[in-house]
Amino acid sequence: MALDQSFVGRTYPPTAPYEVGREKIREFAVAVGDANPAYTDPEAAKSLGHTDVIAPPTFVFAITFKAAGQVIEDPQLGLDYSRVVHGDQKFAYSRPVRAGDRLTVTSTIEAIKSLAGNDILDIRGEVHDEAGEHVVTAWTKLVSRAAEGA
Amino acid sequence: MTAKIRYEDVEPGTELPSASFPVSRATLVQYAGASGDFNPIHWNEKFAKEVGLPDVIAHGMFTMAEAVRVVTDWVGDPGAVAEYGVRFTKPVVVPNDETGALIEVSAKVAAKLDDEARTVRVDLTATSAGQKVLGMSRAVVRLA
Repeated sequence: MALDQSFVGRTYPPTAPYEVGREKIREFAVAVGDANPAYTDPEAAKSLGHTDVIAPPTFVFAITFKAAGQVIEDPQLGLDYSRVVHGDQKFAYSRPVRAGDRLTVTSTIEAIKSLAGNDILDIRGEVHDEAGEHVVTAWTKLVSRAAEGA
Repeated sequence: MTAKIRYEDVEPGTELPSASFPVSRATLVQYAGASGDFNPIHWNEKFAKEVGLPDVIAHGMFTMAEAVRVVTDWVGDPGAVAEYGVRFTKPVVVPNDETGALIEVSAKVAAKLDDEARTVRVDLTATSAGQKVLGMSRAVVRLA
């Protein structure tokens, strides 16, 4: 069933702050096998001009995607998540995410399209720090594949 | 930001050192834990096949994380990445064996964008088992 176009432009309330921990960044860097010392060694990060260890570029997705849950699970929107695949992902950074950040995400539905029975949903997540400064914007395109025989 | 590559030293066509990233079932379990994405298509073969996949597949975000390492290893400071985007075109299929799968990534400078901001666009190519797994894979990087 095609998603309701009237949801385009809808913005959801900002999430409660997510506090970025050094050890969570380390865990993520180890999981992707990335030994860049900027992720684990505060001195190495400082030598690059950062105030603490920074997170790998895609780390923030865990935070923005959790926030996008507000959209995905919105019963009024009615997305069939069991049929959803991740189509595109993009980030634009004002600065890297770093340990100690307390980040909130504001999710907005940018577009809803229907193509050959597939529902395509574009969600923008604006990530701000505690001071209200922009850190990164994440764009996530989700494709809900048409049900068989639909 | 302290990029170790100078804007003056690159031209459109400059190639970045390419790299290959192995991915096994164990890698995917570890990534699931670190990222919080526990979708069973990334660790449960039976489930993956039931939903029409050939086998367990890697998280798209895992592939995205690996591909950008070619850029961050080149530039030194991961904080120099100003933009990064991909399209997930084909899944990385990860068999349950000793070798798993391999993600092969190459990249080159596609354009010099802004002489003052010293930004360049880098286009990435990522393949696994001979298939292109990312499309429209681009990063904007601030050089020294």
